[in-house]
Amino acid sequence: MADSVPKPSSSVKLVLLGEAAVGKSSLVLRFVNNDFQENKEPTIGAAFLTQKCNLPTRTIKFEIWDTAGQERFASLAPMYYRNAQAALVVYDLTKPTSLIKAKHWVAELQRQASPGIVIALVGNKLDLTSDSTGTAEDDGESSAAADSGDSGDARKVSTEEAKTYAEEESLLFFETSAKTGHNVREVFTAIANAIPETSLKSARGPGAGAGGVGAGRNNEEQQRVNLGGPRDPNAKEGCAC
Amino acid sequence: MDERREAGTGSNVSINSNKTNDGATPPPPLPRRPKPTSEASSGALQVGAPAQSKPTTAVSSIDIATLSFPDGSRGTFPTTAMRAISTPVPGGARSGYATPNREGLGLSPMGSNELSDSVSVMSFAPTMRPPGDLASLVAGELNKKSRAWNLLRSQSANVPPFESARTETLNNNDTGLAGFEREFDDIPDLTVSQSGEGSITDEDRLALWKAKMKHYMILSSAGKPIWSRHGDLSLINSYMGVVQTIISFYEGAKDPLLGFTAGNARFVILTEGPLYFVAISRLEESDAQLRSQLDALYMQILSTLTLPALRNIFAHRPSTDLRKPLEGTESLLSSLADSFTKGLPSALLGALECLKLRKSQRHTINNAFLKLRSDKLLYGLIVAGGKLVSVIRPRKHSLHPSDLQLIFNMLFESGGIKSGGGENWVPLCLPAFNNRGYLYMYVSFFDGRTDSTEPPQQESPSPPEDEIAIILISPDKESFYELKEMRDKVETCLTKNGTLDIIRNATRAGRPKISDIAPGAQISHFLYKSRANVQFSMSALEPSFTDLTARRRLMSLYHQLHASMHGRHSHLKVLHAVGREAASLAWITPIFELYCVAGPNISRGVMAQGANKIIQWAKREEERLFIIGGGVF
Repeated sequence: MADSVPKPSSSVKLVLLGEAAVGKSSLVLRFVNNDFQENKEPTIGAAFLTQKCNLPTRTIKFEIWDTAGQERFASLAPMYYRNAQAALVVYDLTKPTSLIKAKHWVAELQRQASPGIVIALVGNKLDLTSDSTGTAEDDGESSAAADSGDSGDARKVSTEEAKTYAEEESLLFFETSAKTGHNVREVFTAIANAIPETSLKSARGPGAGAGGVGAGRNNEEQQRVNLGGPRDPNAKEGCAC
Repeated sequence: MDERREAGTGSNVSINSNKTNDGATPPPPLPRRPKPTSEASSGALQVGAPAQSKPTTAVSSIDIATLSFPDGSRGTFPTTAMRAISTPVPGGARSGYATPNREGLGLSPMGSNELSDSVSVMSFAPTMRPPGDLASLVAGELNKKSRAWNLLRSQSANVPPFESARTETLNNNDTGLAGFEREFDDIPDLTVSQSGEGSITDEDRLALWKAKMKHYMILSSAGKPIWSRHGDLSLINSYMGVVQTIISFYEGAKDPLLGFTAGNARFVILTEGPLYFVAISRLEESDAQLRSQLDALYMQILSTLTLPALRNIFAHRPSTDLRKPLEGTESLLSSLADSFTKGLPSALLGALECLKLRKSQRHTINNAFLKLRSDKLLYGLIVAGGKLVSVIRPRKHSLHPSDLQLIFNMLFESGGIKSGGGENWVPLCLPAFNNRGYLYMYVSFFDGRTDSTEPPQQESPSPPEDEIAIILISPDKESFYELKEMRDKVETCLTKNGTLDIIRNATRAGRPKISDIAPGAQISHFLYKSRANVQFSMSALEPSFTDLTARRRLMSLYHQLHASMHGRHSHLKVLHAVGREAASLAWITPIFELYCVAGPNISRGVMAQGANKIIQWAKREEERLFIIGGGVF
């Protein structure tokens, strides 16, 4: 489809941050290889991966820095989020302390990273909650779980709580499952859409204007649409992964 | 175990007595040489350091000659004197009989089995053997022309090593490796068992834990558990406490405890500053070997934290829980420990294994590597399937095997880097290079980057064998993109000049096969270490030693040989050991160390010929087997 038409393409540096064992690498693995590994061993240092994401009007090449979550690597994080245009701050929605850690990362990014950075807050391991188990496997749309909240077995962080926080801080917000793949592509597509046109250094050609969505409030609009579901199939098709 | 040995000797004696009746004069029983009691010798490897340092292997160096080699080195050499056919000194390398070196006797190196009549046969017999054994030697010699004997011999000489252990599953308990295939199974979590089967109690878990043949524990001197290979810490916390109490009792007495034996388990303790390392082994490893394994675990911790950071942590709060700072490296410690438990020749020999390549090909790779070198580079390595292909380094620095062991473990044994699928940027400390600071390691697998090759890799059962990694180490933590660029250039260059395919093919070809090296030799496996290059080569484990237990059996034998050769008070150059299950030969010269294993019935002469062929092969192929110098800038 769109692949054959040359589209303006640009690189986006994206960094994943979050506590150890929340599933950062699994999200990346799902996004890049559409794969999942049980009991994945902890990342050491950081891993660098790339993946293209085709939007209707342009191609975004994500340069992903998947960082290790352990405390001892925290001092190296600035190296990875410096000049990053996007950040995925991941928490484990079965572990409340991981949301606290995520909030610390958001604060640090807002303080230290590039001013225009697009931050997405991602609650991972949705498959461990009961509200997703029935639906997540067959189709990603109906299981958005946006308002079913805290009814899951293992869920310890309510959707409402995280979503409210994300809105306060103008973050994109998703709940995902790297295991089932639920919402994973949507996160990256939403980020790709949310990157402001102006920050795309290597953007070529004039056609890139239409899909551009500004940061801030607009992101949330975009994100809400995604969460609601109707756009999801499109998003899936648009992503070349 | 001991019972079986006695039985073996007994049956042997009876066979021999038949033969002596055939005509040979029955040899008068000779006085036993003062030696460790059979208890001590059979359990030598468990008994501990003092017993360890004595040769624990049956030595029968009746005819040892010194030979000069073309390279000017001299080596001692066992000749084809006495047939050691039916001398099953049971238990193989553990019987503890030693014979003095008879180099000075002036025997001709070869063919000295034609003993002249003027010489008493007995005067050449290994006087340290028990009479039964002696009879077998002499009788075997005198009756070797007997047709029945030849027939028997021709059949039995081809018995591969560990045949009985393989076939007699019932007796597996005797070999001490029963259940070794379950050694690496996880002990189930209590939580899992409660929700799942519900049948596993703490007692069951403890029994599973106790069934492991090898344990490693790390704890702080304050008694805080840090890491244990088997069992979660809640299960074994009390044992950690006991260990801590015992160690600190001796610490308090200013007489640090180094090791002790309980039952058939050997405990070895290494104290490094605020950390206690404990190895518990029922695999008959020597104290020195266990201690070097513990040292490797310590190096892994230093590699994560650096020495100053480790000291700081405990200087400020001696009761610190080190689990938090080490979080995420448990799998590295475990994979390191498991490779020791499986038996790691590189750790045993303290040497590296290289991929066999033609000299010109390695030269091409080195040159491309050097030419494309980034300014930020400290060390550059290309590694294929755990074997070194090429290394470039500054003139002033060389790479220490223990550091490389940590890197190889991280890349090839634990999944932390491999499973990610991308390029990695890893801060790590190489303790033997400098234990005070971090270096930054760029790692990329040549195969792993293109998505198309991903699915077939997952299907194949042994992907690590085929994986080619480039490792670029820099002291500059910001140099990722430079090193990445260098990697891309190197890949382009190696692909263009075809060497990447050559590496791939060489990796797939696997280790050299004995049938190619020494056709006709009945040797089943060997390790050859080039001492000057600190590198080793070994023959393929296929087909006999591929499964876990068979491989461990082989490695245990090597461990015993190595311990015998390197014992503090043993000045051995050649050691020929015959056991119920295998015959083995160790041979050390200033140039090389050779260890080889064959079936139990192989004659010493045949074994020595095979060993000679291997040595000649290694000499001939030296520049292919080993990296000599490497690329220096």
